[in-house]
Amino acid sequence: MSKPYYVDEDLKKFGEITEWQKELGEKYFDYYASVFKEGALTEREKALIALAVSHVVHCPYCIDAYSKDCVQKGCDEEQMMEAIHVGAAIQSGATLVHGVQMMNKVKDISM
Amino acid sequence: MALATKSLASRQSDLSNPKEQIKILSDNESVGVKSFTEKLQQIDLFPLKPTQLDIFQVNVGKMCNQVCKHCHVDAGPDRKEIMTKKTMQLCLDAIKNSTVHTVDLTGGAPEMNPDFRWFVEEISKLGRKIIVRCNLTIIVANPKYNDLPEFFKKHNVEVVSSLPYFSAKRTDSQRGEGVFEKSIKALKMLNEVGYGKEDSGLILNLVYNPTGAFLPASQEGLEREFKKKLREGWGIEFNSLFAITNIPVSRFLEYLIVSDNYEDYLTELVNAFNPTAALGVMCRNTISVSWDGYLYDCDFNQMLDLKFSGSTPQHLKDFNDKKLVERNIIINQHCFGCTAGAGSSCGGEVAK
Repeated sequence: MSKPYYVDEDLKKFGEITEWQKELGEKYFDYYASVFKEGALTEREKALIALAVSHVVHCPYCIDAYSKDCVQKGCDEEQMMEAIHVGAAIQSGATLVHGVQMMNKVKDISM
Repeated sequence: MALATKSLASRQSDLSNPKEQIKILSDNESVGVKSFTEKLQQIDLFPLKPTQLDIFQVNVGKMCNQVCKHCHVDAGPDRKEIMTKKTMQLCLDAIKNSTVHTVDLTGGAPEMNPDFRWFVEEISKLGRKIIVRCNLTIIVANPKYNDLPEFFKKHNVEVVSSLPYFSAKRTDSQRGEGVFEKSIKALKMLNEVGYGKEDSGLILNLVYNPTGAFLPASQEGLEREFKKKLREGWGIEFNSLFAITNIPVSRFLEYLIVSDNYEDYLTELVNAFNPTAALGVMCRNTISVSWDGYLYDCDFNQMLDLKFSGSTPQHLKDFNDKKLVERNIIINQHCFGCTAGAGSSCGGEVAK
């Protein structure tokens, strides 16, 4: 049987990336921890942003982690789905706005 | 997942036997985690000893009008074990001559015990602070309970009530269909007599416990969100929110096993072990009394039938508050529930 590329057990091993590059790994995890601390945005708001971004970057590990984190921090199902729609709207917008470039090019080469 | 509509006891589940639960919990090697004993040894806290006796928690019975999916008491309408007036008198005798400053009444639904009101009145005469863990729906379950808010007010009872979420969907998934709506109605009744209102002196605290296999987030953030949602949605006020971790005992243990979350949940609890929380665990200043008068380190040990250890008197009739502070507290893997993250107790977080 073929082995899947994504294995949920690997999420628990994320910290091990530090073993092969200690300094950068530690800097990354310190930065990561600081980013998600309560600041001008609440931890809950940050979890919702992370959930939306997780979907946009198609990261199954991040989706598992931030679905749980959002529920844990008191987000409801509606809020979580709306956050994903925000991500989807930006992602599709990013595709569609290139339509202007297409239109420009077509105009440039047309009589 | 289907709701637990009956207790483990009435379903004659293997897990209704405390020995079966302990067998599962004790097997830390299969889960691949350290034992709670090892963790306490590492921080020089083993054997775990009490500090002093402050809180006297009494489980006046397993009878309840609800069958919550996560209930560690395995309570429900089919449970008939309730404390007699004679045993309540033994409690009063013990409290009177002790350092206890707070009496914490729990169940089941403690109000369903026919001698509940007499017991509260007698504790009140002893001048001790009284906490009642009220499931809210009992207030609207039957007209005979509708005056509970007034009764609580009369005796300045601190009301502590579970409300796992500010929406019906998540609350009902844990506590039963229609529980959210009834809880809101009961909260309004408590607010009407002054509970949860600023400067009334009548304390209404809510308990948040996760509606699944995950740990609670920060109590402060959740409290802010609950206050906002309950005020905006229903005009409800309350004092504090206690974030309590679900302990892998009884029906919550069953849920974890059936949903295939047991190993991950235990691992999460162990990984989140916090030495500061371990120092402040509630069993160090609290004891738990069962409906039949036996003494335990906490309500969870009570449900696992882990009575006081060694030569410490195990029943109220032999109560000796000087001897009981000398005992070793009985621990097992379920204790990781009280030491994870910011810690957990019947009063919420224990470490900031």
